[in-house]
Amino acid sequence: MTPRTVLVVDYGMGNVASVSNALRRAGSTPVVSADPQMAVHADGFVLPGVGAFGKAIQNLRRSGMAEALTHEVMVRRKPILGICLGMQLLGLTSEEAGHHQGLGWIDARVKALSPSLGFRVPHMGWNDVSAQAHGPLFDAAAGSFYFAHSFVLECDAELVAATFDYGDRHVAAIQRGQVFGTQFHPERSADAGLALIRRFVNQLEAPHAL
Amino acid sequence: MLSERLVATVVVRQGWVVQSFAFERYLPVGHPEVAVEFLAQWNVDEIVLLDISATPDDRGPDFSLVERVARRCFVPLTVGGGVRHLGDVHDLTHAGADKVSVNSAALRTPALLEEGASHYGRQCMVAAIDIRGEGASASSWTCSGRVDTGVHPAVWAQAAERSGAGEVLLTSIPRNGSKRGYDLATLRQVAAAVEVPVIINGGASEPAHFAAGLAAGASAVAAGNYFHFTEHSVLTTRAALLGASRRMRAAAPGYDPVTVDAAGRVGRVADFTFDDRN
Repeated sequence: MTPRTVLVVDYGMGNVASVSNALRRAGSTPVVSADPQMAVHADGFVLPGVGAFGKAIQNLRRSGMAEALTHEVMVRRKPILGICLGMQLLGLTSEEAGHHQGLGWIDARVKALSPSLGFRVPHMGWNDVSAQAHGPLFDAAAGSFYFAHSFVLECDAELVAATFDYGDRHVAAIQRGQVFGTQFHPERSADAGLALIRRFVNQLEAPHAL
Repeated sequence: MLSERLVATVVVRQGWVVQSFAFERYLPVGHPEVAVEFLAQWNVDEIVLLDISATPDDRGPDFSLVERVARRCFVPLTVGGGVRHLGDVHDLTHAGADKVSVNSAALRTPALLEEGASHYGRQCMVAAIDIRGEGASASSWTCSGRVDTGVHPAVWAQAAERSGAGEVLLTSIPRNGSKRGYDLATLRQVAAAVEVPVIINGGASEPAHFAAGLAAGASAVAAGNYFHFTEHSVLTTRAALLGASRRMRAAAPGYDPVTVDAAGRVGRVADFTFDDRN
């Protein structure tokens, strides 16, 4: 089988190397690029996330990548995995350092995690994730994944694929059709994370020539 | 439930991983790629790669080293040493770092933490604070332990948090390599002063030291020397902490159930014989 080509969207801020390393380990061919032209040829996308919301969405719009991705994902129905900030960018709005409009593909809003007794912010480290087992991304109902974030996504229960507990129940993963997102970092979650990335890669259709 | 983290620090000096003793004497260990690959496969929760010769040699981070190391690392990777400006943060995250640790530069360029947090989010920025003295008399040192700032680490940590640090890595210089356990007095002061997680480092040499660090308010407990030269140390420490009812990620395939003695050695499994007499 020809390896699937995954475009790792480079908007100047993500941990693109970590994500590419994990995608390669999962048997796909990652291509890191900021060029919207590359989106046409990719079999699927990963929107990585180490960054601040405002700058990220600004960079995505300026480069034309936001528009290209919207076409490839929402019209041509190619799979995408948003990681951490990359998942948050799929929503409508964010209150991270101001008020920002996201890509708006899913009905979701990004809110700040507020510190409380025993719950430091950022939420940093390995936390248990409860998932609907045997969904496309999760092969088990529970697993431990690595989180590093100060903001959380809020959305309707029907979009929620997995949750985690940190003072409250929060969204750990979402799914709407072939649009996937994780608040945690599968590329940094050892074997459990690599298994999830492999399951995402398996979602990709027959390869397009790049 | 959020787990408490077991962190391995990999100290690199002129391209080699070293064991460090009080930031003064060093014992070479080997190649960074090999150390990181082993630690990641042993399922440590996080790796901190510190290039301690960068700032004293007046150079920036070794990006190609980070690239090579990141390729072998599937747990979170924090990189520090020689970070001078926002461009370094960008290049480090591009090379494979998930978080960037800043020490001397936070003093020289106070805006760095703020700029880093506004571009990469505060979860990406780690304030590394090296200290001498303990409790009320503790002071923060920069430039790999060469320059005394006279600022108490709790005060520094608060300032760093305000600027945009998402985490504090607190290292006791005199305890580094001493095997005496962590500086718990200063840890308590720093953990109480900030909302962000605190990683304690320096001095751990047996499972009880790690448990004491967590009990004193650390979100993560780190060690360097101990993990390099104590066989099975990541697995046995994790098992010992689970045994001490700490909230650890269960990730010790083949070591369950396991007993660990006070020195961190795996206990002997009871002998059994096949008995065909009945």
